[in-house]
Amino acid sequence: MKKLTIGRKALCSSVVLTALLATTAQADYPERPLTLIVPWAAGGGTDATARTIARALEEELGQNVNVVNRTGGSGVVGHTAMINAAPDGYTLGLATVEVNTMHWLGLTNLTHEDFTPIGQINYDPPGIQVAADAPYEDLGDLLEAIRSAPQGGFTTSGTGQGGIWHLAFTGFLLDQDIPVDQIVWIPSEGSAPAMTELASGGIEAVSTSVPEARSMIEAGRVKSLAVMAPERLAAFPDIPTTRELVDSTYQVGAWRGIVGPQGMDEEVVATLEAALEAAYQSDTYQDFMSQRGFGTEWRDAEAFGQMMQEMDGVLGEIVEQVGLAN
Amino acid sequence: MDILINGIGLVLNIETLLVIFLASLFGIFVGAVPGLTATMAVALLVPLTFYMDTIPAIAAIVTTSAMAIFAGDIPGTYLNIPGTPASAAYVGESYALAKKGRAREALGINLVCSVFGGIFGTIILIVVAQSLAEVALQFSAFEYFWLAVLGLSCSIFISVGSRIKAFLSLLFGVLLSTVGLDMMSGAPRFTFGVPDLMAGINFIPVMIGMFALNELISYYGSRSEKKNIGIDDSDSVFRQVPNHLKRYWRNMVRGSSIGTLIGALPGAGADIAAWISYGVGKGRSKEKEKYGTGNVEGIVDASSANNSGISGAWVPALVFGIPGDSITAIVIGVLYMKGMNPGPTIFMDSTGMIYALFLVFIVANLMMLPVGYAAIRLSKLFILTPSRILMPAILCFCIVGAFAINNSVVDIWLMLIVGLVAYLLAVNDFPMAPAILGLVLGKVVENNFMSAMLRTGGDLTSFFARPISAGLGVAVILLWCSPLLLRAYRRYRANRAAIAP
Repeated sequence: MKKLTIGRKALCSSVVLTALLATTAQADYPERPLTLIVPWAAGGGTDATARTIARALEEELGQNVNVVNRTGGSGVVGHTAMINAAPDGYTLGLATVEVNTMHWLGLTNLTHEDFTPIGQINYDPPGIQVAADAPYEDLGDLLEAIRSAPQGGFTTSGTGQGGIWHLAFTGFLLDQDIPVDQIVWIPSEGSAPAMTELASGGIEAVSTSVPEARSMIEAGRVKSLAVMAPERLAAFPDIPTTRELVDSTYQVGAWRGIVGPQGMDEEVVATLEAALEAAYQSDTYQDFMSQRGFGTEWRDAEAFGQMMQEMDGVLGEIVEQVGLAN
Repeated sequence: MDILINGIGLVLNIETLLVIFLASLFGIFVGAVPGLTATMAVALLVPLTFYMDTIPAIAAIVTTSAMAIFAGDIPGTYLNIPGTPASAAYVGESYALAKKGRAREALGINLVCSVFGGIFGTIILIVVAQSLAEVALQFSAFEYFWLAVLGLSCSIFISVGSRIKAFLSLLFGVLLSTVGLDMMSGAPRFTFGVPDLMAGINFIPVMIGMFALNELISYYGSRSEKKNIGIDDSDSVFRQVPNHLKRYWRNMVRGSSIGTLIGALPGAGADIAAWISYGVGKGRSKEKEKYGTGNVEGIVDASSANNSGISGAWVPALVFGIPGDSITAIVIGVLYMKGMNPGPTIFMDSTGMIYALFLVFIVANLMMLPVGYAAIRLSKLFILTPSRILMPAILCFCIVGAFAINNSVVDIWLMLIVGLVAYLLAVNDFPMAPAILGLVLGKVVENNFMSAMLRTGGDLTSFFARPISAGLGVAVILLWCSPLLLRAYRRYRANRAAIAP
């Protein structure tokens, strides 16, 4: 009886440990399956992107790439798991833009410098959505309404407090010389509840990426007034850009990229970088991204690292202005 | 017409039917294992759906989720451990029936109600999807606030025994729900620097701890370690079903309607549907005193509701691409990946896809009858397996289940600690159900309250400013006052009787 219990305990612990286990052999990398940590829940957009790039990577590397979701804490949990992994190239992560915001918000100490960048695979600019029956014909109307609203009288949403769409939208207001306290940001658990609130008349404008608003736009419930991008999105050619409308070059959006923990072997990084670029170019990945309407943007390890560096400064500035710095 | 035939052709072929059959076996297994949930089953399916055509992929998800929700009743009945959260509402009833030697009867009625609920929800989905989705879209933070308060209040009114203890148990759950990042301010609460706690307390490990581990501790805690589970199941699965249906068909229709509606609300799923339907059923029952002692009526209400909730959740998912529950959140991703974009246009396509999808629901729910029957017969396993093998095996599944939900060791500890606390509470006659609901709905109440206050600048009257919100608010307040009003009414009647000659 006692023996049996111990045996079972061992079995359970070994199940638990498999996820944490890592060895250090580098010779013929990769010689065993890889793990890709996703800091967001199964079923969401980031998860789907991760699973698709994992499938494309499998073909390049000849090894399985297992996707593991470590969700919660606005991304802190998953990103922490990435930097704590052994830097042997067998545990990678799909990092998201929260890397550039979490530490400014005082949620964690980790910054982009704790990662080894491998490659950026996606970029989605924010769109500005209002209800289809809203009185704003275009972006100008909306900005005018925000300007003339009583202080804190204009309700907006799209993500949690200090989430990327919150910061991107307030950053845009700053860029347009509109004081940030004209709007009140109603935090929501992601874009879907915000879109429901928008359609039910609970709030006045929502900032999310355009693909997140797509089904509501197609349902005729919501219209997108503008997208903060240098040119129109291929998947949504009818939505004008902020550059066309108000001649703004302001651009802050959500990026996703593959990273590893600090201190990875340079050869391993080079192997991964090449495999990732091929996976990025693959039909599997490109078809999936265009079907979902997600934006594709490639940056190699060096450029990806630079982009994170720049974005970090920009977002830190916005966090400061909004008064969320911690 | 051609479109309809196309649609039927997409479903009635070997590939799709085989997928439905295999998925139903998978669903039964996952559902019957305490700690593994329907959502987890569907998430595990997603990588497989990459390699399937659209209709088989959707069929696999629909079948697995429906089957898992039913199968959750099996360990609930035999072991008092719900297999999935959606069975937690009425696990007490079916276990009490099982102890009376009516385990198969309980599961038989569960099965029939599940099939009915699933098909009822599907018919609603087919007929009024668009108008129902319109209603669901009218729900804003104000309405969700009241709905969650209604759920919390129900949990006290449906509990057996002391209401004070139920209320304290509820507060324990609400306290747990405050752990983690506060959505409104973005500030971490009660996390003690542990990053895993920032995500908040996940309710799956808590549920496993409260029901499964708690049951294991009391099993090993009782001096006389029983050799087998003291349940006899020689009764017939379906013999009593016609009788029950004759008596309780109204409950079945009501449970299914409540389930579909709650399922259709974004964010509320099969588990909450089961709780509320059980609560409404008890409130309107003529035999309230029988609740908690193994009452078929309660099972009928809740078991129809959880399966219809699964179908109902597809309503906003298909019409607006907004998930009705955690399963459809995954489904929407799969639909996009398969080029079947959710939205009103999905009902207008000319390839018969949408008819095929509806047919898949019907076939999957009908498949539940034979496969479910076989599973009920097979669950003799729970009785034949000696407890000293069964109990450690369950413990193992508890640990794996707690870990698997988020791949986090912290969740295992959470499960163990909550299990111990739950045992102490249970020994002192505190009901578990309110604590679970408190954990699930506590955040919903808080976030929606804060969100409503933020946008109206703290104006409390705004909760009564919108028609649906005002209606729900009045209902909640009446529910709160009902014990007082009832007592006043009784006293009035007694006085009159005393005065009358």
